[in-house]
Formats: sequence, structure tokens, C-alpha cells
Amino acid sequence: MTHKSVRLGRLSRVEGEAALLVRAHDGRITDLQLNIYEPPRFFEALLRGRSYDEPPDITARICGICPVAYQMSACQAVEAACGVEVTGPLRDLRLLLYYGEWIESHTLHVFLLHAPDFLGYDSGMALAADHRGLMERALELKKAGNELVATLGGRAIHPVNVRLGGFYRVPRPQELAPVAERLRRAREHALTAAAWVSGFDFPDVEFDYRFMALRHTDEYAILSGCPTVSDGTVFPVQEWPAHVVEEQVAHSTAVHARLDGAGGYLVGALARYAINSDRLSPLARTVAREAGLGPVCRNPFRSIVVRAVEIVHACDEALRLIDGYTEPDAPAVPVEPVASIGHGASEAPRGTLYHRYRLDEDGLIAEADIVPPTSQNQARIEADLREFIEPRLDLPHAELAAWCERSIRNHDPCISCSTHFLDLRVEAR
Amino acid sequence: MTSTDRNDRPRLAVWKFASCDGCQLTLLDCEDELLPLASTLDIAYFLEASSAVGPGPYDLSLVEGSITTPQDAEHIRHVRRVSRRLVTIGACATAGGIQALRDFADVREFASVVYARPEYIATLERSTPISAHVPVDFELRGCPIDKRQLIEVITAFLAGRRPVVPGHSVCVECKIRGNICVLVAHGTPCLGPVTQAGCGALCPAFNRGCYGCFGPTETPNTPALNTKLRRLGVSDPDLVRVYRTFNATEEPFRQASEEAEGDA
Repeated sequence: MTHKSVRLGRLSRVEGEAALLVRAHDGRITDLQLNIYEPPRFFEALLRGRSYDEPPDITARICGICPVAYQMSACQAVEAACGVEVTGPLRDLRLLLYYGEWIESHTLHVFLLHAPDFLGYDSGMALAADHRGLMERALELKKAGNELVATLGGRAIHPVNVRLGGFYRVPRPQELAPVAERLRRAREHALTAAAWVSGFDFPDVEFDYRFMALRHTDEYAILSGCPTVSDGTVFPVQEWPAHVVEEQVAHSTAVHARLDGAGGYLVGALARYAINSDRLSPLARTVAREAGLGPVCRNPFRSIVVRAVEIVHACDEALRLIDGYTEPDAPAVPVEPVASIGHGASEAPRGTLYHRYRLDEDGLIAEADIVPPTSQNQARIEADLREFIEPRLDLPHAELAAWCERSIRNHDPCISCSTHFLDLRVEAR
Repeated sequence: MTSTDRNDRPRLAVWKFASCDGCQLTLLDCEDELLPLASTLDIAYFLEASSAVGPGPYDLSLVEGSITTPQDAEHIRHVRRVSRRLVTIGACATAGGIQALRDFADVREFASVVYARPEYIATLERSTPISAHVPVDFELRGCPIDKRQLIEVITAFLAGRRPVVPGHSVCVECKIRGNICVLVAHGTPCLGPVTQAGCGALCPAFNRGCYGCFGPTETPNTPALNTKLRRLGVSDPDLVRVYRTFNATEEPFRQASEEAEGDA
């Protein structure tokens, strides 16, 4: 009879902080809890009584890594309540801004957070010491994303130029020319990156994932689309509350989400790729094929390849939008408050991000509900850990702990979003 | 272990409390400076970026986030003990952040709105800046902080001097940038006259009024601004909300919002 106990300190190279407890007995995991200790910040409560036009600025502060995602889901939810849909060149500009965030956020994860795992480094900085040129190109790629966000939004973190109905000011075409120049170089770096990461050594493992992502009629969905599940279920965003139910777990300040009664579904890069790979740009599709990805990828360690493909797609599409850009007549369409409920969802780099607002007669927020990607993925991350770790319980402690961290990092959890440190304890009795 | 017996590079630590991660991300967003910085400084503790955890003490600690839990109130004392210089970065660490809106409400009620089982939630009634708990060597403002100002703070630390961070208002930055005054010329409500510079007058450059994310300037005349904003048609409840965002508990902003609330 063997009892096993592993305790790992704070998990690094994730955004935010959390803890993991694993208990095993006779080679079986008896208890596994991903504990999220992020101090609660009560956004849904403090939004009540705020003006209907404030959610884009306020909810951006939920996450410094994907503020644009919060701004886009918030705008679309409030606009839906007010009966407004932003279309045409203004929608294209929103997409363009969002591609910028995808490029910087994915590049951060691929190079600075995730790649060190495959090459045996503690950090991107340590990796850079041995591979300076590679990391310089990665930082140039990341910078291209940040500069795209800053050009359209004013700054890379918490952009100031997003409002209901569109923007405060739209760029002149000549402002986008230098951005396009950098994006063309960035796309080359992204192609190199995809080839590089596809050659990493991946554990031979596949999980039976139930995926959910937005699907759009003619785009690889990022800004909008219908929630679509790999089992065939499709529903409009306004039916989200009927399908996705959040419940609080005692060991965490985050909440777990259940989809149609069952927990443990997956959102994010693997889900988007499984549901929408046919909508990737032709170049990104070629890159995916050359990287050895089939139509669906069920190996979470290979999510780094999917993210690299998504960076290529984002660069490619951003360039297409800039090439076709004509300045809109007005920077925004008017949005007047209506006492109503609105739903909005978009694909944050880490997965589907849903917002719902109920507005009262005075144009104030009466009720707010936000479902971030990580609260949807938490149960599935725990399942990944269970399935991957159980056959490896005999490994030396340090190695086992490293695999636990890597299993979590595969899903790029944004713990700041969900609610801060990962303190891993594997206990065996 | 001191910085000299390991190597000669000063040791940097980055800490997180209640926050969005955006201010520490600003360090990783210094794409042109990150690699030179990493060879000038020993980045000894930066969990978001590195699994390598070097033991304290640290020569410079950058602290992001506000104190909202009993554990964090303890933890910040530890951080101070192991830090030779402690610099707070961002509105959460210098002013309590957006989560300090609880100070104007009942945090138990807040918890019951967000969580089905609020009894599992350990939280303090107020969200407080780091300076409310331990001595702070320098406070860098902004929601988020400005990249150039962060580089200035680190450079100044390396050179052993005070950071040069202006205390004047956003209005000065608008003049430097050549922005047309959105308040005077367009009648757009703007907090620029009472807000500390640092962003480069971003919002007015985008035809938008400043929303005060760098907090109050050294000598803000909020009563005069309120008179002007009311003349532009800003209602008292809107005035309350304008001052109660990311730096709501900074005294001048608190007073301005309470004055408007008294009138509302």
C-alpha cells in the first residue's frame, strides 16, 4: 500500500495565482482540487448603479492581459440591450483591435510562458540567454500586436478609445501604414514560430474533450458568433443562461461552469480550432497542416501549436483588414439606453467570454453577469490533471510537480480573470 | 545572500496582490528594453514570467495590487521585510483600485451578489493601498502605469536617484502634445485639469475627456472643475460616478464625489 503526497508552491508562468492539491492512495488519485485564491474583486456587484456606457472601461480592469476581450463582450452585450448592432467598417476596426490583442497575448503565452516548458528553461528570459535572436523576433512579434492595439486604442493595456457604438476617434489610413509594415514582418516571425513549436517533443496523450467555441458564418470567430458545442449543440448568445450555469466551489473564489448539465467542457484555442479550423485564413490552414495538426487536436500540450497558428491567422487577417480599410463616416453609431437585457460573447485569447447586463429606465445597470473562460475551463483542467497524473504518480516528486504545472499551463489559465496563486500540494496517504 | 556574492546585478522582485496583472505585464511589454533589462538586473522573483524563485532579500520590489484579504495584509509585511526598496505600481497598489468601490458600499452585500456561498469568501471591508500597511519608497500611478515611467523608475533606482515623474496635470501634457482642449473647444467633460500627468494626454488625443486613471494631481481644484462640469450639463449622480472609478479613495477625488453626492 503506497501513500503519496506532493506539495508544490505557487504556480509560475500563469496569469494570476492559485493552488493545487492532489491526494493519492494506492496509485489512485483520491482528491484533486485546483484552488484559486485570487482575492475577489466583486465586479458584478460594483457595476450595479453605474451608467450603461461604463462597462467597457470598468470590465477592462478585470484582466490586464485581455482587456480588449472584456471591452468587446461588454460593448456587444450593452448594445444588444439597446437594440444596436455595430456593422461594416466599425466592426472591422473592432476586429482589427481584437487581432492585435490576440497577437500580443498569444505571443506572450507561446514564447514567455509555455515554450520554456518544452526546452527546460525557467523563463523566457532564461531561454533568451541561449536563443537571443529567436526571442528578439518573438518580442518583435509581440510588439507588433501591442502597437496595433495602441494605434487603435491609445495604449496596449486598458485601451481608452473603445466606446459603445464604436470608437471615440477612428484612425486615418496613413496611421495604419506603419502598423501594416510591422505586421508583415510579424507574420514572417509567426510562420517561423509555428514551424519551431511544431517540432517540440509532445507527450503522446489525447483527451476526449467536449469543446465549446463561438462559430461565425464566415469568420474564424473572434468578435462574435453562436456558441457551438462539439456534440452538435448550437445556441444563440441570448440563450446562454439556459445552457451555461455557474456554481461556486468551496475550495475556490472562482466558480465552475456547467454546460447543459455537465461540467468539464473546454473553451480556448483547442476548442476554437476543433470547431472552426475550416474558417482559418488559407495561409493559417496551410501552416496548421504543415505543423501536423489534423482537423481536431485533442493533445493539450500541442495547444502551443494551435496558438501559433492563430497568431498567423491574426496577422494575416489584420493585414487584410488594413489593406481594405476606408475611414468610416462617423467614429461611432449612437447608442441610447433601453430598459432591457443584453447578452454579448466574444473569443478572448483564453476562450469564450460572456457578459450580460440588465439596464433600468434611468440607463443604469441593474444587474451584471460575467462568465470568463477560466471558470469554464477549471473543471476540465482538473480532469486533465487526473487523467495525466494518475499513471505517473510513481515519478520522482519534482518531475511529477512539473507535469502538474505543465498540465495547467497548457490551457493558459487567466486566474486574474476568474478570480491568484497556484500552490500545488500532492498529498498521498 | 546579498546581491554582491551571487553576482553584481541588483535583484528585482515583482509581487501581486488584488489586481488585473496589467501593471506587471507592463514590464513584459517593454519589448525593446526587456532583454537588456534582464542582463542588467537579476529578475529574482517574478512568478508571472519565471519559475525560478531566488531567495530574498531583494534590492527592488515592484508591488502591484491592493490589500483586500487578511492573508495579503500579512504577506505585504513579509514583502517589505525582504525588500530594500519597495515601489508600488498602479492604481490598485497606490490607491486601492476599482475594487475600492466596496469602501462606498457593504462588502458583505457585494459578496452575496457575486457568490452563492459568500461564507467561503474571506475578504476585508475595504480595499487599501500598500502605503496603508507598510512604508513605501515610491508610488507610480496609473491604471495601468505608463511604460516609459516604469523604465524611468527602474533606471532611477539603478542610478541611485529619485525618479523624475511630473506632478502636474494632464492639461500640461495636452499643451505639450498640441491637443485641442476637448473641455473648452468641444464641451466634453474632462478630468484632465485635476488628474496627474503621465499617460501623455491619451484620452484627449482620441477626442475623449480624461477619466482620471492616474489619480489626482498635487493641487487639484475640483470645486472649480465641478462648477464647469455642471455648467456643461453633468448631473450630480454622474459627477459622483466620474470621480469613483480607479482612484476613488484618493482624498481629493473622494471629497469631490462626496460633495456631489451631498448635492444629489
